[in-house]
Amino acid sequence: MRVALFVTCVNDAVYPATGIATVKLLERLGVEVDFPAGQTCCGQPQFNTGYRHETEPLVRRMGRVFEGYDHIVTPSGSCAAMVRDNYPRIARRAAAQRRGADLAEAAEFLVPRMYELTEFLVDVLGTTDVGAYFPHTVTYHPSCHGLRLLGLGDRPRRLLEAVKGLELRELPGAEECCGFGGTFAVKNPDVSAAMGTDKVRNAAATGAEVLCGADNSCLMHLGGILHRQDAPLRALHIAEILGSTEAEPHV
Amino acid sequence: MSGTFVGMPAFPPFPRAAHDAVRDTTLRGNLRHATHTIRDKRAKAVAELADWQQLREAGKRIKDDTLRHLDRYLVQLEESVTAAGGTVHWAADADEANRIVADLIKATGETEVVKVKSMATQEIGLNEALAAEGIHAYETDLAELIVQLGDDRPSHILVPAIHRNRGEIRDIFLEKMGSWGRPAPDGLTDTPADLAEAARLHLREKFLRAKVGISGANFMVAETGTLVVFESEGNGRMCLTLPETLISVVGIEKVVPTWQDLEVFLQTLPRSSTAERMNPYTSMWTGTADGDGPQTFHLVLLDNGRTDALADDIGRQALRCIRCSACLNVCPVYERAGGHAYGSVYPGPIGAILTPQLRGTTSGIDASLPYASSLCGACYEVCPVAIDIPEVLVHLREKVAGQGGRGHRLEKAAMKAVGWAMDRPAVMAAGERAMARTRALHPKRPPGAQAWTDSRDLPELPEAPFRDWWKKNRT
Repeated sequence: MRVALFVTCVNDAVYPATGIATVKLLERLGVEVDFPAGQTCCGQPQFNTGYRHETEPLVRRMGRVFEGYDHIVTPSGSCAAMVRDNYPRIARRAAAQRRGADLAEAAEFLVPRMYELTEFLVDVLGTTDVGAYFPHTVTYHPSCHGLRLLGLGDRPRRLLEAVKGLELRELPGAEECCGFGGTFAVKNPDVSAAMGTDKVRNAAATGAEVLCGADNSCLMHLGGILHRQDAPLRALHIAEILGSTEAEPHV
Repeated sequence: MSGTFVGMPAFPPFPRAAHDAVRDTTLRGNLRHATHTIRDKRAKAVAELADWQQLREAGKRIKDDTLRHLDRYLVQLEESVTAAGGTVHWAADADEANRIVADLIKATGETEVVKVKSMATQEIGLNEALAAEGIHAYETDLAELIVQLGDDRPSHILVPAIHRNRGEIRDIFLEKMGSWGRPAPDGLTDTPADLAEAARLHLREKFLRAKVGISGANFMVAETGTLVVFESEGNGRMCLTLPETLISVVGIEKVVPTWQDLEVFLQTLPRSSTAERMNPYTSMWTGTADGDGPQTFHLVLLDNGRTDALADDIGRQALRCIRCSACLNVCPVYERAGGHAYGSVYPGPIGAILTPQLRGTTSGIDASLPYASSLCGACYEVCPVAIDIPEVLVHLREKVAGQGGRGHRLEKAAMKAVGWAMDRPAVMAAGERAMARTRALHPKRPPGAQAWTDSRDLPELPEAPFRDWWKKNRT
């Protein structure tokens, strides 16, 4: 099977290790991975901040870049949700203004083909044991867009539970937002930080070594708080845990 | 603190109000305890119904159908109410509604009224308008009484004194009840039973004396002209039955076409708001009846910005709201910022989409409300009429961003620049590489980034972007 990786702009620029782990994980499972170089950003920051028109060229670009692929895999719940939830909405709004037929085409093409990583592993590859090895205690934060917009459910948890050596600890208040929220983090910094601090406190209370998530934007916020607190807990993307093996362990 | 949201000098924008609220540890504790308790209870009450999602969909459709034909249903309602012996008044805005109510009370010769808990009358600042005319309006809902006695503002739709704990309430009763009527008993404790008893004795005096009652309504049935109030305490029932004159001020979106439509909301509203299978008191009245209850009934139908919201094809879903407040109880932003930060009688997620539509987005607070959300979607998930609050928030952000001002011009330019680069992968890659190569030089807290770095460290940048690894290792 051949898939296109949509690495996302945040992972490309700030968290390449997540992209690399995703590639190695998929390849280990027998998947051929392409990285269409024309990809940039799904447009979520622009759209969610109120710049719908500025998002439209990026919708078109996504449609062009991933043309011809049946499966597009992304290690980001919120970018997958942006495509699935908001691209059709952007197309509908443009159509209501009697323009943008190409936006509808891009949305129609992308929506059924865009998979968040854990969704792709469990639903398309039909696997929960990916042969990973990660001898640490881990607690999992299900980011809101994966949880509520994609309905990832227990997929990430099932994948983590199958990892050799990994002990999963229940995160109290797991379904509550971490307070990142894109530009919310800087437009409402006090509330954002208060939410993040509560999330980090809950994570620390589990005694886990690693706070795992499927969205590096949320982890950038939580990791930033952890780093500031000099906490004995680090934030890590689920792809890097699933990518870790006995032969090539995560360092 | 003043008791009104109407005609006040500008409230500070949401982030500034929230800045103080998140540091108020008593407030944070009160809110956390209250919202989590009711949130958990609601989840259990809703889980009991196997057909919850169908009920939710039915509620949404009933409301949407009604809003689509609002002109017809309102005229039908007026005919039904009139035929049942009531009088219908139409108020375009708060001033007109207040004028109508004040004149109706003056015509009775009374200077005191008792009030059923009502969001619409809070929205228009009725109590303050009546006070200016020499009329005392007494709140009789327990929590509204606490707010009124404390010269405070409500901070929640359902539990307006949610920001107060028992000790604070006891102090307010001891200090203030005497100047409003029967004082609180000496040695009042902060046990719920004692506080309720003090309120009961204080209020009973008012119920028995009042000749005019004021209410809102949760629903109005167009086919019969029936008004419906859901409540827990029975104080509303007192106001609706004892006075000679009853005046109800109700938003035009509260109409439903038929009696049978109530079937859906009788199930969804109590479970969503108080987490009860059924609320203790549901009062329904149709015009007047000889020798039974108020002999004069006036209905004031209130627009006050609702038709503006109705004209917005995305924003209009906010008018489906049945004021259950489930969205407040589940909102992580509300839990930390508290209701007062929203600068409106409608706080929380629903307030963040309703207030800017009813009042417009010209003031600092109203323009900041659509951004008072992380778009986590918990509100949409619990809404019993499926209002897609995140969708409306983003839509209103687009409106605010489009009107410029207050930093949005700069933001728009930045968004355009980023958008331009993002549509040119070579430019984006060059930017990523430049950032990565200069990473050793980046300050830990760069100027202008305080909103992030005051509470969080920035991530360490990698040696090279992912696309360079790919190029080197996979091509």
